Amino acid sequence: MYILLIALILCHGLGLVLPFCVPRKPQTQGIVGSVCACAASLIGITLGLSGLVAPEPVTAIVASPIPLLAFAVRLDPLASFFVLTISLAGLAASFYAMGYLKEFHGRVSVAALAALTNGFLLSMMLVVIADNGFFFLIAWELMSLASYFLVVTEHEKADVRYAGFFYLVMTHVGTAFVILTYLILFQSAGSFSFEAFRHPEQALPDGMRTLVFLAALIGFGTKAGIVPLHVWLPYAHPAAPSHISALMSGVMIKTAIYALIRVYFDFLGGQFPWWWGFLVLLVGTLSAILGVMYALMEHDLKRLLAFHSVENIGIILLGIGAGMIFQTYGLKEFAALGLLAGLYHTINHAMFKALLFLGAGSLVYATHTRNMEEYGGLLRRMPWTGLFFLIGAVSISALPPTNGFVSEWLVFQTLFLSFQFPDLFLKLMLPIAAAILALTGVLALACFAKAFGISFLALPRSAHARHAEEVPTSMRIGMAIPALLCVGLGLAPMIVVPLLDRITAPLTGVSISDKVLALDGWALAPVNMEFSSVSPPMLAAMLILGGLLGLTLAFLFGGRMVKRYYKTWGCGINLSPRMEYTATGFVQPIKRVFSTIYQPTIKLETEFLQESRYFAKQRKFEFHIEPVFEKYLYNPVVHIFMRIADRLRILQAGSLHLYLAYIFVTLVVLLLFAV
Amino acid sequence: MSPLIQSLLLVTAQVIVLLAVSPFLVGLIRKVKARFQCRQGAGVFQPYADLAKLFRKQPVISTTTSWIFTATPYILFASTLSAGLLVPTFTSQTPLNFAGNIIALVYLLALGTFFLILAGLDAGSVFGGMGSSREAIVASLTEPAMILSIFAIALTAGSTNLSTIVHKTALLEGIVTDPSPHLMALAALFIVALAETGRVPVDNPATHLELTMIHEAMVLEYSGRYLALIEWAAGLKLAVFLSLIANVFAPWGIATALAPAALTIGLVVYVVKIAGLAVLIGVIECMFAKLRLFRVTDLLGVAFILALLGLLFFYILRS
Repeated sequence: MYILLIALILCHGLGLVLPFCVPRKPQTQGIVGSVCACAASLIGITLGLSGLVAPEPVTAIVASPIPLLAFAVRLDPLASFFVLTISLAGLAASFYAMGYLKEFHGRVSVAALAALTNGFLLSMMLVVIADNGFFFLIAWELMSLASYFLVVTEHEKADVRYAGFFYLVMTHVGTAFVILTYLILFQSAGSFSFEAFRHPEQALPDGMRTLVFLAALIGFGTKAGIVPLHVWLPYAHPAAPSHISALMSGVMIKTAIYALIRVYFDFLGGQFPWWWGFLVLLVGTLSAILGVMYALMEHDLKRLLAFHSVENIGIILLGIGAGMIFQTYGLKEFAALGLLAGLYHTINHAMFKALLFLGAGSLVYATHTRNMEEYGGLLRRMPWTGLFFLIGAVSISALPPTNGFVSEWLVFQTLFLSFQFPDLFLKLMLPIAAAILALTGVLALACFAKAFGISFLALPRSAHARHAEEVPTSMRIGMAIPALLCVGLGLAPMIVVPLLDRITAPLTGVSISDKVLALDGWALAPVNMEFSSVSPPMLAAMLILGGLLGLTLAFLFGGRMVKRYYKTWGCGINLSPRMEYTATGFVQPIKRVFSTIYQPTIKLETEFLQESRYFAKQRKFEFHIEPVFEKYLYNPVVHIFMRIADRLRILQAGSLHLYLAYIFVTLVVLLLFAV
Repeated sequence: MSPLIQSLLLVTAQVIVLLAVSPFLVGLIRKVKARFQCRQGAGVFQPYADLAKLFRKQPVISTTTSWIFTATPYILFASTLSAGLLVPTFTSQTPLNFAGNIIALVYLLALGTFFLILAGLDAGSVFGGMGSSREAIVASLTEPAMILSIFAIALTAGSTNLSTIVHKTALLEGIVTDPSPHLMALAALFIVALAETGRVPVDNPATHLELTMIHEAMVLEYSGRYLALIEWAAGLKLAVFLSLIANVFAPWGIATALAPAALTIGLVVYVVKIAGLAVLIGVIECMFAKLRLFRVTDLLGVAFILALLGLLFFYILRS
């Protein structure tokens, strides 16, 4: 395992350096970097899997000259699981990059892009395997910076620079809270080593524990993109190159989920009052429903996907939050179930979100636009991309028999088991959360019916779409990997659940693998088989047999079929793309029903002909939805900061004498303190 | 008889019963409506003849469409039939009980809806798009109410697997102290069923007016055997919801043991029960006007609140 770890770091290290050493041909540079990342990811998959099944956590430590800092790593099941997730997404993204980087030839330095991708992957890996708070923070910061530089790849565009800046500010606000979390833990532990965090010399007082909980929720929540700290996602994720968006949305935000589980269940030992879990649940519910609602209104495909990350982080937190409440009440089996459901959804979301972002990247590659209203009819021109995107869309909509269905089903069961609570308030709140999750699920379905239907079906809506061509093979392989995993993870919960159980068992103190896997692994049950069960392989078999039965019946009653092809009836005129339903039109009923949330403003200006008001010369239609969080939460805060900064400008007068005086005063003050 | 063969026979029987009974329900509703409108109406077995004729007709396919369009009828048929196999019909010992609970049922139906929405968009006609868009909003609003109402009942039986609920209720194992939570959940689920199966006051299966149609608009471009499969699937969905309501709220008469006599009685009682519900739907279709699309929100909101109240009542009454 040590060899694997070293090989992993070495491969990424080579990926950091080699692209700059090869001749100045962007294609070679890109391929060299991507091959290194692929190799590292393959090693990472092996490392993750062996870490998950290893009987004891593997640790390694390299001392450093800086006090308190030690380059300590530890591969326990939780860390290994995230290593696996990162590597799987990394493999798909690196394969994809081999072809996709052509998009950037001649515009930006491909060598830098390829090297940074390696750095980004490596830093994420270090975040999840770090076993020292100081080291964790360094890796965390490296991850933020690497992703920032990747976001601003196309820095010649003003909106990309704005997105980058927004992301940089938000991520550092988050980092401040993360540092606060670790400092409080350090105070009681006396060391930055995670082992000391787990078993501090003096136990943290309750107030401090609450502070750790809140600081971690805000700090890591910013990275995860929970509402209302999600505002950076729809800026940063679309701005980055698509394989980077896939990594950021698929796995980077998951490192925050890792850290939350690490802090709550590991450092704080899974001991917390019920309202902690409830707060996580509340945040999860809000993120899920608002994420999907804002996604529905987006017509920029990548922004739409970014909002869906908010939604899915919400679903993950629903599982974890419910698990935390069960933990409080000592219902350990159900706590493990909630955690397991959250983790299952974590890897599932990593796969289908990576797939969808790579698919979106292919669309942008082929059409050079992100606006869905300019796509259309692409399934005929890009059959493979279409098929993969459809698999991703079905998975994210949690439809059986894909992976999204299995993990959302587990989350539902965890929420339903709330009837075990002694408290009426919680008994009622969790089913309501389940109902909201149901609403989220259907809205996600509507959103992806829109995304797929408008982009891939009917007639091409623009010249771009008419001339689109299928993407190169390497990009198709990059999409095929997560697509296969989406199906595989859904059909084989009997393989996934025991692995996840190895993570949750040490954290909650109880192993539930045998109870979750009923009927020799062919069915899943939420610990209690009588309460409910589902069998994804059986459902898949039923669907296939049902389809075959349909075919047979059609043949039996109708005989051989001779199809006739004819154009769609367009009320007497030839069908044109302008007559098709648009994405805006598709979601109009939803916008109207939920207008309290969207607060849409619609502006319709009509210019009439001079002769008569019955004939319009031109009409202008504008439609916006209110960015509520930015307007009412962020703008006031930014405003206050700007005003303070304005006041403080007096200090920076530009006079050298004044600055010398500052230095003198500082020295005197410091000396006074020293005495 | 080995358990496996027994299960296979039961599943086959259920498939046949569902497929056979669903056109009858559609015909029955039409007949009831016709009688209320002082018409003679077509016979209750007319839908069978319609299906047979559609299967034999040559399908016309739009040149705009992709493989999604031709695959959708089969996917819809398969998903609706699979959902039907999770619901107990004439026996409470459904062999596929383990394959999925109420959530699986909801998401299987959603799979069909997803592809139907796509198919509506595929032909490029504006009617299809309109239907898809409306179906999306109606589906979004029904599912929370559906899940909550079933959950309210599931609590009594201590299970969310439909057969277990029905089996326990039929044997009166989950003792019902007060029927009010059940009645509220029943009302909620009935509204949901009307919305999900595209019935008045939410949708009108008899209309082809662009302003009013939802389901019909999505399937407007279909013909021949594709249309036959879609119509059959729509009938199946109706049968699924009626079986759900009939057996979850009034499981009495259902075969709780696998004896031939019990199964025969179960089958007869089952057909009588769902036929009764179909007549009720026919009556409702005659008594009420179709709601404006944005009024449907209120109706489904009522369903959600009823289900929530049912849940609240259950907890309060028990504590």
